[in-house]
Amino acid sequence: MATAQTRAAARLMAAPAVLLLLAWMVIPLGMTLYFSTLRYNLLMPGMEVFVGFENYEFFVTDPAFWIAFQNTLVMVGSILVITVGGGILLALLLDQPIWGQGVVRLMVIAPFFVMPVVSALVWKNLLMHPVNGLFAWLARSAGFTPIDWLSQVPLLSIIMIVSWQWLPFATLILLTALQSLDREQQEAAEMDGAGPGSRFWYLTLPHLSRAITVVILIQTIFLLSVFAEILVTTGGGPGNATTTITYLVYVQALLQFDVGGASAGGVIAIILANIVAIFLIRSIGRNLDR
Amino acid sequence: MARTVSAPRKTAMTIVAWLVGALIFFPVFWTVLTSFKTELEAISTPPALIDFAWTTENYRVVNTRSNYPLHAMNSVVIALGSTLLGLLIAIPAAWAFAFSPGRRTKDVLLWMLSTKMLPAVGVLVPIYLIFRDYGLLDTRTGLVIVLTMINLPIIVWMLYTYFREIPGDILEAARMDGASLPKEVIYVLLPMAVPGIASTMLLNIILAWNEAFWTLNLTAARAAPLTAFIAAYSSPEGLFWAKLSAASTMAIAPILIMGWFSQKQLVRGLTFGAVK
Repeated sequence: MATAQTRAAARLMAAPAVLLLLAWMVIPLGMTLYFSTLRYNLLMPGMEVFVGFENYEFFVTDPAFWIAFQNTLVMVGSILVITVGGGILLALLLDQPIWGQGVVRLMVIAPFFVMPVVSALVWKNLLMHPVNGLFAWLARSAGFTPIDWLSQVPLLSIIMIVSWQWLPFATLILLTALQSLDREQQEAAEMDGAGPGSRFWYLTLPHLSRAITVVILIQTIFLLSVFAEILVTTGGGPGNATTTITYLVYVQALLQFDVGGASAGGVIAIILANIVAIFLIRSIGRNLDR
Repeated sequence: MARTVSAPRKTAMTIVAWLVGALIFFPVFWTVLTSFKTELEAISTPPALIDFAWTTENYRVVNTRSNYPLHAMNSVVIALGSTLLGLLIAIPAAWAFAFSPGRRTKDVLLWMLSTKMLPAVGVLVPIYLIFRDYGLLDTRTGLVIVLTMINLPIIVWMLYTYFREIPGDILEAARMDGASLPKEVIYVLLPMAVPGIASTMLLNIILAWNEAFWTLNLTAARAAPLTAFIAAYSSPEGLFWAKLSAASTMAIAPILIMGWFSQKQLVRGLTFGAVK
């Protein structure tokens, strides 16, 4: 039968992608889980011992973990608020009839395409440097004492840099959603005497709610893994001030060579990310049915 | 229906929008500007805006006295290689999901998406150790493999959303005319799918070019792409702002241009078709 044949062929065509991804997921994940139960340091090869949940215990009771956990929450939360709030405002602005809309749009989305390493270094040196940076010059010109951004307000600085990178993403997606808004409905509401405020609150915002959800979920996934921006600016410091969970695991694995501890941290990071992922997958899955 | 707006309002909105746009774009503009200054002018305060001795010396120095060309080549090989390999694996799969969906297709697709949610740091240790044992650390091959795998779900998903829009009747007709499966794909599907494939390719080159977790952690000197090369400027002894700016400008220019052309695809690709 042709259909049975087609179905078999279809399965064959999907097989490489599915099997490769399965291997990519299962093998490292299994290894991470296994390592997380071992006392295993790369500096002492051949000394691996099964220790059960000891690594988890160490990782979770390490004060650095709670600081990192808190930093991660503050960082992700603040960036979400800034980018979604700013994104809505920018999308509304770009949706207005203006001259040269295309050019403004290009300028607004540009930061998203700048590689994270470059944006972090440009902000760190050209803008935030306490002596020669542009911000320092602006502060002095206005009669203030310049602050050393990355050592005095390190977490805020990271939040500023990463928000700058992700604001375009939120704006672009919200603008796309905004443009599919029913104009006639808006005009009808306007004729019925609804002001701009209530039109935004009762028509625009509900229309955007799906896009906002998608932006929040996708950004959360990426923001939980912010790495390069921290590595090249503060290196997690001063102290642990900008250490996130991702960065903590990196330090444990590649700087302290503690495979067991890093694996336990990795498992915890996976669990945290999965809590977000479940919601994201649900909302995208719902979309598949339409 | 076009909205009618009073001219003063449009003027005011235009001014606000251009100001905000310029503000957001400013760091990029400033980087490009600094790349044409001398090192001394780059750190001078008050900063020089236009009235400095424009020079292309930094570009010359970065290109000749550092390993910039090698790292740029690494970036090209890794971004293109992983994208092409990804397409090769993903096109048949996306075709199958779009045109012969089974009962479990939706679950498989969502599962693929879920692998993308796996934080890189959760598998850093095993990947690092596997790479060490198989001699893949600091090789282009190793990075091509990793980037192919991390972007594969996005490639499959993007292609799937494009393929789904191709009318199935055309394929039926081709099948009726006796076209075999490979022929069906090559002569019927591919020509209609080329725009979608091109968009997918563009977005993935951008993602692979800018990827900065695996490229920083799995390379040292030989296979390091531009992300790692530029990250080396973060060390105190590498504090040459004008040269950093020149290297940065060269590293971001091609991607910025590609990105500007792929705005629409970006939305679709990064939201897995949830927002179009």
